[in-house]
Amino acid sequence: MSAVVQDSKLYARRKRRNAAAMVLSYIAAGLGFIALFWILGTLVVKGIGGLSFETFTAMTPPPGESGGLLNAIYGSAIQTLMAALVGTPIGILAGTFMAEYGRGTKTATVVRFINDVLLSAPSIVIGLFVYELMVRPMGHFSAWAGSVALAILVIPVVVRTTEDMLLLVPNTLREAASSLGASRWRVINKVCYRAALSGLVTGALLAVARISGETAPLLFTSLNNQFWSTDMNQPMANLPVVIFQFAMSPYQDWQKLAWVGALIITTTVLALNILARSLSSPRSQQG
Amino acid sequence: MELAAQSGTVAPSILRKNSLIDSLMHGLTRSAALLVLLLLGGVIGVLIHGSIPAFEKFGFGFFTTEKWNPVTEIFGAAAPIYGTIVTSIIAMVIGVPISIGIAIFMTELCPRSLKRTLGTGIELLAGIPSIIYGLWGLFVLAPLLQQYVQPALISAAEGIPWLESLFTGPPYGIGVLTAALILSIMVLPYITSVTRDVFETVPPMLKESAYGLGATTWEVVWKVVIPYTRTGIVGGVMLGLGRALGETMAVTFVIGNAHRIATSLIAPGTTISATIANEFTEADGEMYTSALISLGLILFMITFVVLAAARLMLLRLQMKENR
Repeated sequence: MSAVVQDSKLYARRKRRNAAAMVLSYIAAGLGFIALFWILGTLVVKGIGGLSFETFTAMTPPPGESGGLLNAIYGSAIQTLMAALVGTPIGILAGTFMAEYGRGTKTATVVRFINDVLLSAPSIVIGLFVYELMVRPMGHFSAWAGSVALAILVIPVVVRTTEDMLLLVPNTLREAASSLGASRWRVINKVCYRAALSGLVTGALLAVARISGETAPLLFTSLNNQFWSTDMNQPMANLPVVIFQFAMSPYQDWQKLAWVGALIITTTVLALNILARSLSSPRSQQG
Repeated sequence: MELAAQSGTVAPSILRKNSLIDSLMHGLTRSAALLVLLLLGGVIGVLIHGSIPAFEKFGFGFFTTEKWNPVTEIFGAAAPIYGTIVTSIIAMVIGVPISIGIAIFMTELCPRSLKRTLGTGIELLAGIPSIIYGLWGLFVLAPLLQQYVQPALISAAEGIPWLESLFTGPPYGIGVLTAALILSIMVLPYITSVTRDVFETVPPMLKESAYGLGATTWEVVWKVVIPYTRTGIVGGVMLGLGRALGETMAVTFVIGNAHRIATSLIAPGTTISATIANEFTEADGEMYTSALISLGLILFMITFVVLAAARLMLLRLQMKENR
């Protein structure tokens, strides 16, 4: 009799504890999503509030005047593009080595580990590195330095996805091509790259998404420029640094533009991410 | 006959050409891979080179001096190091339980149809640039904290010996606590997605056996899922910690950039990355620049150790899984 009473007590206690833990888990999920959607909601409301035709046609204004973000948008676009053009091929080559020529070697293992660490290393340190490497010897800030800093951030992302995607290509495909007499480079070029193409594009897109919002590495490489400039050898405006500068200022117009810039960046990043995901999803389900 | 003769003479040259291209391509890809290593070596080398003047002048005292005076060129890293560690620890204390809660929700509680959407959502949120979090912190969170939360904290902590010193001073809105809160929100997606991934590596058989024995959901999570995935969770947390330690923009907006070690959490402070972001372009004089580069070196070393440990743990888990 007493054993049964004890049992039902124990059972009730376990049920209570379970209910408490589950409620806490719901609360945690609720809190997390509320915070994250609050941020996005604020961004959309404040960003759209300041958005106008002028945003895309006018230059960044002096304090106290209205204006646009044209020079910053151009600067961001061109520096991101340059960074992708430099970083993506290097990343793809390195990823190819790790998945094809050097698969299973010690070099590949070490490179993979270091690459993973670089993947989440603080980007401001990369900014310092490029400052010491380029800005100081050249004597001035430049858009080239900004692009190089961003390219360094592109490489680890592309290396990682390239290797992952090439490893998904079935070995039987490689063997079939080799048995037809194709040499290694032909197998890689004509078979592996083609089979993994959408994955490689995904990697490049993710890398571009990653760098298009990076601020810290640009602060002391490409700096900022209030005016229209296409000279890669000079300081160039870019959205993140403009947002930083404008948000920290006491001027209403500038703060408004900072929100608009933030909305543009976030929309771009989300669009790139979604595009990348939609390209790679059928393949990742197969693998 | 003629054809055979032709192919007989052509084939070796094609073979030679192919093997030449092959070795070229091998070399090319290999040097690209080695470039990654060179990059790491280069970053460390350049930072060490740049920090030599500061370390020569201040020696070990650089780590213990709180003073940071560009005019007299006396620099100490104690305040930024303290700020970096304190903000990250608070961010972890808040962020880790919430992340694990979300992961439990996503793997055990939410309906299957919602699961994929939530998973994609979390991964997309991880991609949002940190400057957005900073902007939100400065214009939304800081005023809110200043008006409501901080006065309440100050009056609630009044008279309680320990808490009082943690929450004293005027409510500025910006400060160490605000930065830590922003960081805790920022690391949510990172930690959640790793935790959810490792939760899903638990063999369903294990969980089902526990359920079959009559275990409650919580007991399955606490006694089966979490012990099985311990290494992975710690790896994910360390990954989040690495991000939090090195995070620049989200913190720079709201920390207040004050070079002092205050016991109060609501007082303005600074972190390594915020100091560099705020002061580097204005740093004149070799010693000032060198001190900032030394800070960068310290930050890189701290995050390198944390991230390397995280990767090793996740790697070990992966090997266990493959075995």
